[in-house]
Amino acid sequence: MSLKLRIWRQADARDKGSMVTYQLQNVSPDMSFLEMLDVLNERLTLDGEDPVAFDHDCREGICGMCSLVINGVPHGPEKATTTCQLHMRHFTDGETIDIEPWRAAAFPVVKDLVVDRRAFDKIIQAGGYISAPTGSAPDAHATPVPKADADLAFEAATCIGCGACVAACPNGSGMLFTAAKITHLGLLPQGQPERDTRVIDMINAHDEAGFGGCTNTGECTSVCPKGIPLETIARLNKDYRQALRASS
Amino acid sequence: MAISGTALVLFLILHMIGNLKIFFGAEAFDHYAHWLREIGAPLLPYSGFLWIQRVGLLIALGLHIWSAAVLTIRARKARPVKYAHRKPVQGSYAARTMRWGGVIVFFFVVYHILDLTTRTFNPVADTAQANAAVVQGFAPERWYVTAFYVLAVVTLGFHLRHGIWSGLQTLGVSNARRERVLKGTAFAVAFVTCAGFLAVPFAVLTGLVK
Repeated sequence: MSLKLRIWRQADARDKGSMVTYQLQNVSPDMSFLEMLDVLNERLTLDGEDPVAFDHDCREGICGMCSLVINGVPHGPEKATTTCQLHMRHFTDGETIDIEPWRAAAFPVVKDLVVDRRAFDKIIQAGGYISAPTGSAPDAHATPVPKADADLAFEAATCIGCGACVAACPNGSGMLFTAAKITHLGLLPQGQPERDTRVIDMINAHDEAGFGGCTNTGECTSVCPKGIPLETIARLNKDYRQALRASS
Repeated sequence: MAISGTALVLFLILHMIGNLKIFFGAEAFDHYAHWLREIGAPLLPYSGFLWIQRVGLLIALGLHIWSAAVLTIRARKARPVKYAHRKPVQGSYAARTMRWGGVIVFFFVVYHILDLTTRTFNPVADTAQANAAVVQGFAPERWYVTAFYVLAVVTLGFHLRHGIWSGLQTLGVSNARRERVLKGTAFAVAFVTCAGFLAVPFAVLTGLVK
């Protein structure tokens, strides 16, 4: 395949940045999207140019490091697929592909396509944990969990914290990420002691980090590589309402 | 947003049902308009209930616009650099037009009050004659009034379609099981409200209501 790539290049956080066009020949349809970028970077390095910086780690769709807004869609055109698991066979020969970083004030661009996602860490630090005695592991069935709750909690826990929800949201809101954590911990008995303080603290941290407010457009869930459902946000809202009532 | 919206939606539904009184004849409609001013009498003065309702609605509208403004400003600040290539993935047309749709409906409400409440723009100045004001207000030669009315009501329908469901989601009523039912309910309420409001000018234009 031969492709025309339009990639966001930005030297550092202070640089203004712009879209730069590259022609790439002999792309195998079996390559992953990131391998295609590797090929481009090898060529740029040989030509003495600065390679395109992009985030990646496991390339198995589970670490949450890869990002990239591909043709206007975070993680590209395939549903429930991370950029690293996206293959070039989903593109056509001669196609123009636009590649941009996540766009959010809370996720400032570090370089090219790499953004700083530490704002998510701040949300987690505010309440995305449980208090548990450390030491020897408890017996497996010491704390019973209903199967239905375990399944829903697990579904929410599959969130890899990549930030695609923020990138897709017209309001730049990180509500789906926050809601996934609230749902995950709030459904399990181990999450109950901090349930009320968790939701209030995490929402405050979310707002302080500069994310926008949720208006329930549903863009987040449609691009989420793990398919976190929109109902998690309703659960967050319900927990928030109950926590406010409990604290007043 | 959700709480002030709830108050406004309840008013809209009552307003729409009241409007349908016009199909029971001019006398019934004028009597209904008069009755609105006598609710709570003699405890409340003439038009007393209406003024309480107007103040309530004004507060709800103010809070609704204020919340929308806060959300819009936050959204702008949350994405200072726009995407070069951006396409809406899933967001329904209704969800995407909430802000500008709201602005259109707001301007319509201002016009609507000047038209049918204060009668500033209406050919019938006597406020006791509600039926005549509606019939002459939607007369064929004033087609632009009807056109604006239809545009505003359809916009309102879209606004309600997303707004009602979004409000239920914000209040935490929604969940995976109820989501489809609630979305269907939002659509049904939006559709019925829209149809109820549109029935009146349509009836005037076809001569069903005189």
